[in-house]
Amino acid sequence: MLAVRAVGLRPAIRASGISVMALRATSRGVKTESITTTDQRSILDKQRLNRPSSPHMTIYEPQITWYGSIAHRITGVGLSVGMYAFFLSYLAAPVAGIPFDSSAVVELVHGLPEWAKVAGKTVFAFPFAYHSLNGVRHLTWDSTKLLSNAAVTRSGYAVIAGAIISTAALVMM
Amino acid sequence: MSFATGIVARQCRRSALGLPRAISSSAKASLAQPVPPEQPPSPQAKPPLIKEFKIYRWNPDEPEKKPSLQSYKVDLNQCGPMILDALIKIKNEMDPTLTFRRSCREGICGSCAMNIDGQNTLACLCRIDRAETKDTKIYPLPHMYVVKDLVPDLTLFFKQYKSVEPYLKNDNPPEKGEFLQTQEDRKKLDGLYECILCACCSTSCPSYWWNQDVYLGPAALLHSYRWIADSRDSYAAQRKEKLQNTFSLYRCHTILNCSRTCPKGLEPGTAIAKIKLEMAAE
Repeated sequence: MLAVRAVGLRPAIRASGISVMALRATSRGVKTESITTTDQRSILDKQRLNRPSSPHMTIYEPQITWYGSIAHRITGVGLSVGMYAFFLSYLAAPVAGIPFDSSAVVELVHGLPEWAKVAGKTVFAFPFAYHSLNGVRHLTWDSTKLLSNAAVTRSGYAVIAGAIISTAALVMM
Repeated sequence: MSFATGIVARQCRRSALGLPRAISSSAKASLAQPVPPEQPPSPQAKPPLIKEFKIYRWNPDEPEKKPSLQSYKVDLNQCGPMILDALIKIKNEMDPTLTFRRSCREGICGSCAMNIDGQNTLACLCRIDRAETKDTKIYPLPHMYVVKDLVPDLTLFFKQYKSVEPYLKNDNPPEKGEFLQTQEDRKKLDGLYECILCACCSTSCPSYWWNQDVYLGPAALLHSYRWIADSRDSYAAQRKEKLQNTFSLYRCHTILNCSRTCPKGLEPGTAIAKIKLEMAAE
């Protein structure tokens, strides 16, 4: 049952000794509904079902902090998948009857044009360099060092620069 | 006559000092050329500087309507310097249905936390970018359920805060007087106790976006460390024991968006790293 009641200044007026009747005409006209706790709960529950989730990834400013972290995750997963795929193909190749052993791989790479060699090496070298260097950054953080905002930004860009230089060095090998 | 020239002389000195001129006296009439009355510089004189604000809107009374950005144009020369000033101006003068939380307007209550131009911060501490060509986008705190417009549902956030038992626990209180602490021990709490629970850090954390049902988030963990680090609290071991699981603490992947976004300049990321180190060293 919902009871409707006017929010007035009645108690205060009564305390001050002025007649309520005299002031009734000027009392505020705001009305509230008094609702039981169970009803309140069900209204809230119903509204909660409708609530949208606010936007996140798409609107958050690109920052070296979380972009660097996503890159670390992606390179880590990529390197692992690559490694498992490569090693498992050694096991699977004889069963499937495809010639796949070290000498075959060396032969294959030897026959590739120069641009494909450089591109292939870069694809492997960059994730490896970035993930390794950023891993060192994580170890530093775990010892509670270099955690200030300035240090995090600086080391973030330093790792990218380091990864590019290492990639160049690895590709030229 | 000499009385009248005296007044004129005083008036000249006044205007030379830049003080407000006296109201016209009888002496003025005797001057050959009356000085035209000075106009005080009017605030209207500045040309309007129109800035576009794009604000996230969603109304629970019309749940079938998708959330959208609504555009408001504000003359910055008729508005205070902070984002909160612009929001209040919009609410007062253009659209009273615009809903947001605010209270102290000086960065101590933590009510007006929102995502402004991609960064979580307090609207009252965030200056309006006065570049006319660029609009400013305002969203509620990211990845939270929206109650209305810029108001997120912080129920879970405060439950998580409650779960770290953010109060002094000590079975052996001093026989009389208060707990005493050395100055070095007190120093350990600097950068921790200042947190105002605005939720900027937790809602900036991608890990919290995906795992807020199980991961406590930077704000709650900063508070947890505030009591772990307190020399007067004797429950540090139990507090750490509660965090000893896959999710509560260890969903932190040291992304460090939290420290970067904190409007109070605190470092929740550092506090979490310290908890991890203490727990690893045990």
